Amino acid sequence: MPAPPPPSPARIRLSGRIDTGAASSLWPALMAAAPAGAILDLRDVTGADTTGAAMLLAAEAAGGRIEAPNEAVARLLDRVRIALAAPAPLVEPRLPALAQLGRQVLEGLRGIGVGVAFLGEIVLGLAAALARPARLRWAELARFLDEAGLRAFPLTLLLGTLLGVILAFQSAIPLRRFGAEIFVPNLVGISLLRELGPLMAGVILAGRTGSAYAAELGTMTVNEEVAALRVMGMDPIAILVLPRVVAGLLVMPVLSLLLTLAGLAGMAGIMGLLGFPLATVTGQLADWLTLSDLAGGLFKAALFGLAIAIIGCQAGLGAGRGPRAVGDAATRAVVGGIVAIILLDGVFAVVFERLGI
Amino acid sequence: MAEPVILARRLTARFGADTLFREVSFSVNAGEVFVILGGSGCGKSTLLKLMIGLVPPAAGRVALLDTDIWTADNQARLALLRQIGVMWQQGALFGSLTLAENVEMVLAEHTGLNAAARAHVARAKLGLVGLSEAANRLPSEVSGGMLKRAGIARALALDPPLLFLDEPSAGLDPITSAGLDALILDLARTLGTTFVVVTHELASILAIGDRCIMLDRQAQGMIAEGDPRQLRDSATHPTVRAFFRREAA
Repeated sequence: MPAPPPPSPARIRLSGRIDTGAASSLWPALMAAAPAGAILDLRDVTGADTTGAAMLLAAEAAGGRIEAPNEAVARLLDRVRIALAAPAPLVEPRLPALAQLGRQVLEGLRGIGVGVAFLGEIVLGLAAALARPARLRWAELARFLDEAGLRAFPLTLLLGTLLGVILAFQSAIPLRRFGAEIFVPNLVGISLLRELGPLMAGVILAGRTGSAYAAELGTMTVNEEVAALRVMGMDPIAILVLPRVVAGLLVMPVLSLLLTLAGLAGMAGIMGLLGFPLATVTGQLADWLTLSDLAGGLFKAALFGLAIAIIGCQAGLGAGRGPRAVGDAATRAVVGGIVAIILLDGVFAVVFERLGI
Repeated sequence: MAEPVILARRLTARFGADTLFREVSFSVNAGEVFVILGGSGCGKSTLLKLMIGLVPPAAGRVALLDTDIWTADNQARLALLRQIGVMWQQGALFGSLTLAENVEMVLAEHTGLNAAARAHVARAKLGLVGLSEAANRLPSEVSGGMLKRAGIARALALDPPLLFLDEPSAGLDPITSAGLDALILDLARTLGTTFVVVTHELASILAIGDRCIMLDRQAQGMIAEGDPRQLRDSATHPTVRAFFRREAA
């Protein structure tokens, strides 16, 4: 008995204009029918756009057959067919996990190398500026002292006061159970002078100034202004980096001191509310705090400022291409700055402990 | 005779007290490549921004596809914006997206196509401008000419009947620039798209322009209209003649 003839493929008769709107609704149905060899009958199709043509050709590629397009539609189909036949996008081969790890390690080491070289350039620049102070751009330095320092004063005062209030409240609660509220100024004073003053001022500097340095220098890098400086025989380190770094170094002790004083004032206010007169609070502070607590905190703050400024500048000058690069640089500056000051703080904790400070 | 798709009547643009141009009237017919030309600072790009609804006219009116973008209600305005595409001078592609994703984003916003269909259509659009191989690259990873072609691909995402190009050849080498001119002509002839091109690149104007208008800063308005090749050969206005013959004013 002869085998039954194979079922004839479905014939889909399209009409009107096959444009983007029509493609949105027709696409699933055509792609479902195409693998069975559906015939796409275009004799009633009056026109198409490139999205419609792309849909018809996708159906053809899936097994469908296009029939009877008018001349204009046939011409458009040919044009889009050529466009789709162009070589596929280049896809970077995916590296094995070990190779990826190796690449990341190498990139990390390269980054450390670049950082060390940048630090070396800054040290040389600073040495040259010390030898010939006229080399330093004083007007620029004044601008950055204003931007990084003076303009940060209101925020620093606000955060310092709130920090002092919070610390005093939180420490008064457990100390009250032992009748030891009198020691709240000792606790808050030591914390602010040695740790929280420099750290919080560092967070403010990293958030306000480190990110601004990175964004400004990043934009200059993306716009090739830094390259232009180099080609004109000018040193970007001396012109762009040194004023910022020196400003960071100078403003941080001031910000730290300001934040500490504001914190102590906030704490004194809370102590007043708890019934302790100001003379008692200042007496406790004078008895327990030493000059080395203050000096150690300010020294740390200066180095934090240096680190934040250097990281901000390096992030900006190392920015890649395109608008995203500036945002990435600002993020690197803030994250890198905060991580750096916490790491440095850890180092200082050990060193101070060893030195008995 | 082709129908006008753009009708501008007595358009005036001012920045504060400074009048950029006044009383500019012209029409653009369906399917033609219409060029707005003139020297630097004459208001070419402002005229383009005024037509696409970014800068309001100080006086006059402009209708695109029978809709005045400045008086239309929000729905009509949105419908009109779907009918036009713009290629910006620097491409204006989103830096965090690949070229293909830049095209797909428009399709995702304005069509009901699924992800696979959007990817296929984006490949077709990028193929039309010769960028298939660069589809997975970020805008920061391609050349200036490729950026402009990708800008055209994105502008073509919804197959608008009206495409505005702002300085497509600016900053490109002559070969890339000629390639872009050929692409514009190819798209105009194949797709029947109407192009409004703002440029002062003489070679491009003569290669692609069906008709043009010329703006002049000193005259604060339009000083010539017509076929650019005829203007080159027979213009009597001294500024127009100097422009087409590359003579110092």
